[in-house]
Amino acid sequence: MTAIDLPASTATADVEKPQKLAPRRYYLFALPALVLIAGVIIFPWVFTLVMSLMEFKVGGSVEFVGSANFAKLFADARFGESVLRTFWFTILAVVLPIVIGTWAAVVFHREFPWRGVLRTVFIMPMMATPVAVALVWTMMFHPQLGVLNYLLSVIGLPPFAWVYDPSTVIITLVLVEVWHWTPLVMLIVLGGMAALPSDPYDSATIDGATDWQMFRFITLPLILPYIMVAVVIRTIDALKVFDTIFVITQGGPGTASETLNIFLYLQAFQFYNLGYASAVVVVFFVIIIALSLLLLYVRQKLKWNA
Amino acid sequence: MSDFAVRPSRRHVLGGAAAGLAAPFILRSEVLGQSTFDWKRFSGAKLDVMLVKNPRSDLLQAHEKEFTALTGIQVSSEQIPEQQQRQKAMIEFTSGRPTFDVCMLALHVQKRLAAKGRWLEDLRPFLADASLTSPDFDYADFAEGAVGFGRQADGSIDTLPHFIDFWMVYYNKEMFEQKGVAYPKSMDEMFVAAQKLNDPAKGVAGFVSRGLKNANIPVWTSWLLGQGMETVSPTGQLLTDTPEAIWAGEMYKRMNREVAPPGTVGFNWNECQTTFMQGRAAMWLDGIGFATPLEDPTKSRIVGKVGYGVTPPGPKGHHSALFGDGLGISRTSAKKQASWLYLQYMCNKGNQLAMLKAGAGSPGRSSALANPAAREGSRFPKEYFECLAASGKIARAGLPQIIPVTEFRDVFGVGLTNTLSGADVATELKKATEAFKPVLEKSEQG
Repeated sequence: MTAIDLPASTATADVEKPQKLAPRRYYLFALPALVLIAGVIIFPWVFTLVMSLMEFKVGGSVEFVGSANFAKLFADARFGESVLRTFWFTILAVVLPIVIGTWAAVVFHREFPWRGVLRTVFIMPMMATPVAVALVWTMMFHPQLGVLNYLLSVIGLPPFAWVYDPSTVIITLVLVEVWHWTPLVMLIVLGGMAALPSDPYDSATIDGATDWQMFRFITLPLILPYIMVAVVIRTIDALKVFDTIFVITQGGPGTASETLNIFLYLQAFQFYNLGYASAVVVVFFVIIIALSLLLLYVRQKLKWNA
Repeated sequence: MSDFAVRPSRRHVLGGAAAGLAAPFILRSEVLGQSTFDWKRFSGAKLDVMLVKNPRSDLLQAHEKEFTALTGIQVSSEQIPEQQQRQKAMIEFTSGRPTFDVCMLALHVQKRLAAKGRWLEDLRPFLADASLTSPDFDYADFAEGAVGFGRQADGSIDTLPHFIDFWMVYYNKEMFEQKGVAYPKSMDEMFVAAQKLNDPAKGVAGFVSRGLKNANIPVWTSWLLGQGMETVSPTGQLLTDTPEAIWAGEMYKRMNREVAPPGTVGFNWNECQTTFMQGRAAMWLDGIGFATPLEDPTKSRIVGKVGYGVTPPGPKGHHSALFGDGLGISRTSAKKQASWLYLQYMCNKGNQLAMLKAGAGSPGRSSALANPAAREGSRFPKEYFECLAASGKIARAGLPQIIPVTEFRDVFGVGLTNTLSGADVATELKKATEAFKPVLEKSEQG
């Protein structure tokens, strides 16, 4: 190899010069994306933030009220109840699909006859649109004419109120969510299981470990990062679920299934209180960001290389 | 007998002959009053029309071809589901530049909003202008209740009451006969009748009505009208925690708890309709506009057994809760006169009669109800038409004529729903009244 001796200062200058100029040149290329982000993401947010400081009712006057909307929001019992209800719904609508989905992934990871067909059947609910799913379940929940109470009567059980009772409405709506989204969790976890190494299992088999011990001490720790991905996706989905609840109960009976999204919809699109609704959006956004950051932090901690 | 009749003169005979020859032309001109009216004067115009998705709008769209052939005016209309249509109307009218010339409005929800926002053109100048209004239009033919419903407080008429809906009682005649129960003559008797007809062991309820918040308000106001009272006084005072309102709330509570099917707390009109249609309830209180599927053999198990009863009188009054839709012209439209021709044509006697015959709802015109042709070939029995006519005579607004109707329905709807879980009626109504009062006061200020 032939070495070319260059003065140190010249060589440094040649290397540094493009590095200094590069960012300025790239600004132009980044500009369209920046404009797009500013227009589609930043502007709506700033506008929502500004509106949350206004008394703004469609068809009425617009005036600056500072933090009055937030003060009113935190004093509004219905808002507080909707936040608690949202959390309760989210916890159930995340935990149950995760548990059932993980169990289903373990089952479908094994070889058995008709596995492919059954796996396809299992993931079918996920393909249906939420509104169609909600309409079908609404018919099935009908206390007198629905198929669910008919099935209960066939096995000698009394009819159940399903979504027509304030005390059972949330758990029934969670049931719909579980039916709809457990397949997604199963797919994510199943994908993770396919990537697991076989060595630990071989060692465990030689050591005489039982199936449960292999799952508890090998499979579960190794698939935890994948489960966390499913948890993040499910949490965000469950927090913002609207269509299923609105179609089936419209937040009722009374306000028994009125989650934050339904409360927000009522304020914005039924009562046209855009200022107040914007304040709800801001609070909701803070909740989602905080939860997402928490979950991402946990996920980072559970990474294999952590 | 006159001298003329006994011994006609030559002049009389010639005059009579001339009159006989001219008669067909005169009659034709009267029958087709439109022939003397220039329907073509706005030929070439194009109208945008925003409708609510329902069978009546289907009929309006079906008439568009005939309208274009008659006037030369093109119509571009769209049907939007009810809730979204109301939102679109609100936002577009508020923007000051609505994209439509003609709009369908729910008078029971948007009437005061339209007046406050000055959304629609006053139709009185058009009605008074003989060059713009066909001689056979006959505005006086619209029922008094419907006209009153469409008229604003300042006397302006900004919509034609295209459709009106009365609340009445559907009842299963077979069940009544089997138990030897007569149709109730009062609201109190209605509860007694429902108790007799209630048979949970057989899965049959004595009565069914809406329990879902918001949707349940007309049930309560129907009982309240039996006290001769509405929820808001003519001066704008809330009457929602008065003894009469509490009585109506108690009526709502006991009817929906003691003689109704399980789960009515979450029932909207469609669940009630399904329950009644499948023979699982003896009575159903709701709008007569939901009657069509009940007489459809592919959907209903009680075809031919449905009785149509006028809402029974209460202790102090006898009224049927009234709801309705109107067609109005956008105040900012550049084609107001052409739009007026559209309104006239779509609400003419023939089209209003067609609406009734199709079972698409009750028209605003009296002549349609009185016309025997409506009953010919109709799927509905005579009793249906009698109920319509009788309800029309005692109709009274089913919802308060205020701006925040939706908030009213939400706040009081939640309170009433809570009573079905055992809450005290007076306490819930007092709480709801206190919560709603500032909303109402503010709505009148801004």
